[in-house]
Amino acid sequence: MTQETKQDYRVLGTRPVRHDGADKVTGKAVYTADVRPQSMASGFILRSPHAHARIKSIDTSAAEAMEGVLSVATADDLPDVTDKIADLGEGSVNLSYLSNNILARDKALYRGHAVAAVAAINVHIAEEAANAIKVEYEPLPSVTWVMDAMEEDAPLLHDDVFTKSGNEQSEQPSNVSVHLNFQQGDVQKGFEEADVVVEREFKMATVHQGYIEPHAVLADWNQDGRIKVWASTQGSFTCRQQTAEVLQVPLSHVTVVPCEIGGGFGGKIAVYLEPVAAILSRKAGRPVQIVMRRNDVFEATGPTPGAFIRVKLGATKDGKLTAGEAWLAYESGAYPGGMLGPGCMCVFSCYDIPNAIVDGYEVCLNKPHIKAYRAPGATQAAFACESVIDELAGKLGISILELQQKNAAKEGTRRVDGPVYPRVGLVECLEAAASSDHWNTPLEGKNRGRGMASGFWFGCGLKSSVVASVNSDGTVNLTEGSTDIGGTRTSIAMQIAEVLGLESDDINPRVADTDNIGYTDVTGGSRTTFATGMAAYEAGLDLQRQMTDRAAELWECNAEDIKITDGVFSVNGHQANFKELATELFKAGEPLVGRATVAPECSTNGFGTHLVDVEVDTDTGKVTILRYTAIQDAGKAIHPSYVEGQLQGGAVQGIGWALNEEYFFDDEGEMKNASFLDYRMPTAFDLPMIDTIIVEAANPDHPYGVRGVGETPIVPPPAAIANAIHDAIGVRMEELPMSPPRLWKAIQTNQDSD
Amino acid sequence: MAIVFIPTQLRQLTNGIEQLELDVRNVRQVIEELEARFPGIKQGLCDGDELSPSIQVCVGQTLSSRGMITKVAADSEVHFLPAIGGG
Repeated sequence: MTQETKQDYRVLGTRPVRHDGADKVTGKAVYTADVRPQSMASGFILRSPHAHARIKSIDTSAAEAMEGVLSVATADDLPDVTDKIADLGEGSVNLSYLSNNILARDKALYRGHAVAAVAAINVHIAEEAANAIKVEYEPLPSVTWVMDAMEEDAPLLHDDVFTKSGNEQSEQPSNVSVHLNFQQGDVQKGFEEADVVVEREFKMATVHQGYIEPHAVLADWNQDGRIKVWASTQGSFTCRQQTAEVLQVPLSHVTVVPCEIGGGFGGKIAVYLEPVAAILSRKAGRPVQIVMRRNDVFEATGPTPGAFIRVKLGATKDGKLTAGEAWLAYESGAYPGGMLGPGCMCVFSCYDIPNAIVDGYEVCLNKPHIKAYRAPGATQAAFACESVIDELAGKLGISILELQQKNAAKEGTRRVDGPVYPRVGLVECLEAAASSDHWNTPLEGKNRGRGMASGFWFGCGLKSSVVASVNSDGTVNLTEGSTDIGGTRTSIAMQIAEVLGLESDDINPRVADTDNIGYTDVTGGSRTTFATGMAAYEAGLDLQRQMTDRAAELWECNAEDIKITDGVFSVNGHQANFKELATELFKAGEPLVGRATVAPECSTNGFGTHLVDVEVDTDTGKVTILRYTAIQDAGKAIHPSYVEGQLQGGAVQGIGWALNEEYFFDDEGEMKNASFLDYRMPTAFDLPMIDTIIVEAANPDHPYGVRGVGETPIVPPPAAIANAIHDAIGVRMEELPMSPPRLWKAIQTNQDSD
Repeated sequence: MAIVFIPTQLRQLTNGIEQLELDVRNVRQVIEELEARFPGIKQGLCDGDELSPSIQVCVGQTLSSRGMITKVAADSEVHFLPAIGGG
């Protein structure tokens, strides 16, 4: 067959109604907490009241004796998985850390650390019984700030964690688990060549992903040893693997049903509740549901790291960067394994810097184990780097836009960590910013300022599987393994519709459980529309190959002679579109089922540039966002509304990170604002409409040019807003969040020093 | 010949050599060749006989998930980078 391709798409770039839209807006969509089988028991987790404590004993007898209690679990019920490393598709995990995080064994490492669990006939009895469990603690000193945790005399969390640096390891145990270092060029010479040098230090608070739906699970450990888990997860297969590995049962004995998910943003990849609910279910002999309360979500699930970063940049008077130096310390929370690597790789990722050095340290402390949050590690790094870039531009007497354009990473630029960029779209984003209405509209008024910043996230490929079953009328049931968080059912369906010459509505996409689709990695890493979409495209081609072979028999010709144009098959006067041919073929012969598995091995390299106008109330330190524009290279926007939604959502989360969100700890390591009332996230009342500009610099590694877009939009906002605040009132903020009290204090300090 | 970039933190084992050309076909051969020339370097890249879970290999512009069996084409660059988890 001959496949004729073209650049004008019928389906891609349009905005069809999402397949799951009606169920979502009418409340019919089924989330994990909605799954309530008749015999279900309710679980409750008992958590440590101490930020750091040795667990001397746990006495569950009183809880077990209570009426209505069905089962009780502690770490003793979990198999010993000491120091086993499990490959989870996207990264690996030390199972001993994972298991200990699920139910603490010897030590509680943060306030909220799970220590025991109860299943009962209702959640109230379960909670009462959990509180009857007697845990004898030996409280230990705790530490909750990364720089404090690096001190030699800091409270030590683990006596078996040593600092790994290249192939060397510290002789003494340490809270610092990893030291990373990248270097290229001659940094000293680079700074000597600079006419202007700026160096600053920055601090960032710990923030949470803030998904609306709390963690929830229903687990049923059947009498035949098979476990069925309904979960709110970003990846049903990684959830299955973690559950199976922690419980030490075969993968084939665990089925994970991914329910609808009310946000994840990187925080719903690790398991917290699944193995516990399974153990409780095995002991109770019935399914057990556990739904976290909001304070549990804050206190016991992965926030993104607080950090300390020092950045130094030098440039010639004509605005060429000559050297860069960055020093980063990132929290990893209670266990090693955090976001330092990407932080170090992203800090200078927007620029062509010939001489640079990056030093990074990952540090354990008494907070929940750090998890990914949209472009993990990159937002902190960008806040530091882009603030210094802005200051450098000011000292050079040029705009930040001009400085970025002079030094922007492009095809052929070598990153500090080594690899060379393929075709990327930062230059195009900056051009879009320069020609935008926002940039070209003067901003007037007292205490108002404009800021700009750019950001980068890798995006990844990983593994995806889809199956496309053709119905007798030529419509297609598309089964895929990617949990749908941001509308990916539709963005994936549109790609197979484009191949086959169908409409989006002709495709019925369904997210299957782990028994009913091939292995698929997490919905994360900005990969789903890119990689699972690529699988859908390939499944479409698979169908076309099958149909061409069968059409050759029908039309008595050679399959090679059949042309496919816009999904229409034709040869020697015969012509049929997909539906016509599928209907014809259904009458005689086997059903048509297309399939594809893919594992694209590439970064999709997403760049974005954000513009923001702010007004600062200097009496209170409150910042009002007046106007915001998010610009991003999407490669090809499959469904522009979803791309815009990702840009808007990421920008809003970044604005919250910039202005309000933070974990407040007291001296005992207790989080004092573990509710949405006190953990201040932005609402529609706080923000203007977020404008978007989609740039399309096609990704050469995808048949339609798609790049991942989900993560990059959270990277620039804090830096852009900090730069806008400086433009407004001349105060350079060095700490996140730039909340009213913190900004007010900086204003007073600035006035005192004037 | 592939161009293999030595991670900064392992350059004390290569007397400061930052990159070198190797006639290799896959990542396993890269590491064997490096270990033969710079004893001890494998320990910084591998966990036993497999690539360390904390490291991902980048060949050209491809971030490979195939570890030691990743093919290395002539003239391609080989980088050893920190593994990344996404959001």
